[in-house]
Amino acid sequence: MRAAAIEKRQQAAFGLAEKAWAERVLETTWRTLPQLAAYYPFSKDGTGETYYPGVRGPEYMRALRHCALDLGVSVLDHHPALELLTHSDGSVAGAAGYERLLRQPWTIRAAACVVATGGCAFRSGLIGSHTNTGDGYLMAAEAGAELSGMEFSTIYTLSPAWCSTRTLPYTGARFFDAAGAELDIPPPMSDRAHHRALAKAMLEESVFADLSEAPEALKPILRRIQPATIAPFERRGVRLFEDRFEVKLFGEGTIRGTGGLRIIDEDCQTNVRGLFAAGDAATRELVVGASSGGGSPNSAWALTSGQLGGAAAARLARSQGRRTGARALGQGRSGLRPTRATHAVDERAAIDAVKDEMLSYDKAFWKRRGSLQTTQARLDEVWAELAQYRGAQGLEQVAARETAALVATARWSASAALARTETRGLHVRADAPDMSPDGARRLLVGGLDTVWTRFETLASITLLAEEAA
Amino acid sequence: MIAHIFADLCNGCQACVTACPTHVLDAGTESEPPVIARLDQCQTCFMCELYCPQDAIFVGPDQTQAETIDPAAIKASGLLGQMRRDHIWDAPPGDLAPLSEYWKLGPYLMGGAQIAAERYARRHALGEKE
Repeated sequence: MRAAAIEKRQQAAFGLAEKAWAERVLETTWRTLPQLAAYYPFSKDGTGETYYPGVRGPEYMRALRHCALDLGVSVLDHHPALELLTHSDGSVAGAAGYERLLRQPWTIRAAACVVATGGCAFRSGLIGSHTNTGDGYLMAAEAGAELSGMEFSTIYTLSPAWCSTRTLPYTGARFFDAAGAELDIPPPMSDRAHHRALAKAMLEESVFADLSEAPEALKPILRRIQPATIAPFERRGVRLFEDRFEVKLFGEGTIRGTGGLRIIDEDCQTNVRGLFAAGDAATRELVVGASSGGGSPNSAWALTSGQLGGAAAARLARSQGRRTGARALGQGRSGLRPTRATHAVDERAAIDAVKDEMLSYDKAFWKRRGSLQTTQARLDEVWAELAQYRGAQGLEQVAARETAALVATARWSASAALARTETRGLHVRADAPDMSPDGARRLLVGGLDTVWTRFETLASITLLAEEAA
Repeated sequence: MIAHIFADLCNGCQACVTACPTHVLDAGTESEPPVIARLDQCQTCFMCELYCPQDAIFVGPDQTQAETIDPAAIKASGLLGQMRRDHIWDAPPGDLAPLSEYWKLGPYLMGGAQIAAERYARRHALGEKE
């Protein structure tokens, strides 16, 4: 079954995944996920076996936390990191941030850091994504890290227009326009056609969903499966499976998209020494290639990459220690160390520009060279202003860094989308609808004031392998 | 968005302040209820409700705008604590009830998609005949 699952994933990966990684992730997940049983109430799967393929968010987060605490981990709540520190040789020396409940800065010197800050949904309103701003990408990039697969960041989920929920009840939905005429929408498993048709309709006018044809057996137990999906209806007086209600598409960016920090070895190390990436902060191309990691691949990747990166970081701490005698410098720029005298910058406008350029259905679903260049030019301008003038103090630094991260991530995504002049997996170019024969290469992106892109070559992969050996 | 903290129910434990992933709340002084300080950062994720042992918080259904509620009506509605009851959040360790139906997510997700696919195929087959 495992071999079949790997084979299926490889075929859907469009030539960008690595079979060895898929095997490593499955092996680690199946071996270690059951170890959480003391903390997470795994139940049966209907055949008497324990059900492992999916975990429910709040219970899983609580379980991981309790597990970590029992292992003696110090958990620092509400301590967002703002920047990484590096040694003069370029390796990571720790991180600095702000403790927002007690309103004081913190600095931690460390032999290694694991970036596990999640992906970036460009402030789409997607449930749980408000703090997924790409701040870890930004911190890492300022320390010299490269990203990979950032063109695979256009993906949406359907929800009621007033509140993002999980997607379970919507797959059997019928769709209507405001006048009550049914829309001809290809079914969900047609993948991109489903969302493109919905987006096209939504560009014209409001779209309404009717869930009356959802599986009958689901209706009475949805509350037991996904309680948070019920609440926004129940509290608004909308009957989920009876009333028609307005829907919209919420962008997932690199959460269910695939791009993130480039991984150069089996320890989930980035190209910055001592800096590791885990979960959605890392590219998931190694496992899912150009397709979406949404759902169990991403969960399995998070579990695996965290353990690999964490173990490697611990080894580094044991072998070289924290080198606290060596000088370490904070690498944060926009929001912390603007290049010119600080003056007021309209952060709201900066975020609105990101949302408009990255989430607007027309720009996201019908990408073309011209529109991508316009996006690039607009966001370059926004970045330049933030980098030059945005300096913040105290708690305001957190928001300033999140804004800078949203803009930086949007620029990397747009530049990567412009550079990949073909359609592959999640990356769809309206002006290049076919897959290019030489496109089965990963696309790297990076840079702050000037964004660069470069296709990974076999030579550079070999070189990295040699460096790592 | 978070709409109300019932001061008469709150025991001042501040668990919601810690649980909120987006720093919407400031801790109350002494054992006073927390203060909704940054509503614009609320993403309607319901975590504050889930972590409130007193069922003293009500989150409104609209994530796009602030909502005013009638506290007495909300109390009478029986919705306070609904999220915790639905999750069976306080089940003792070893009790498998909270996620006993969770494995059905995949089958019903696919089941719905199947219904949509068949309906689409049917409609288009009819269309071709006409």
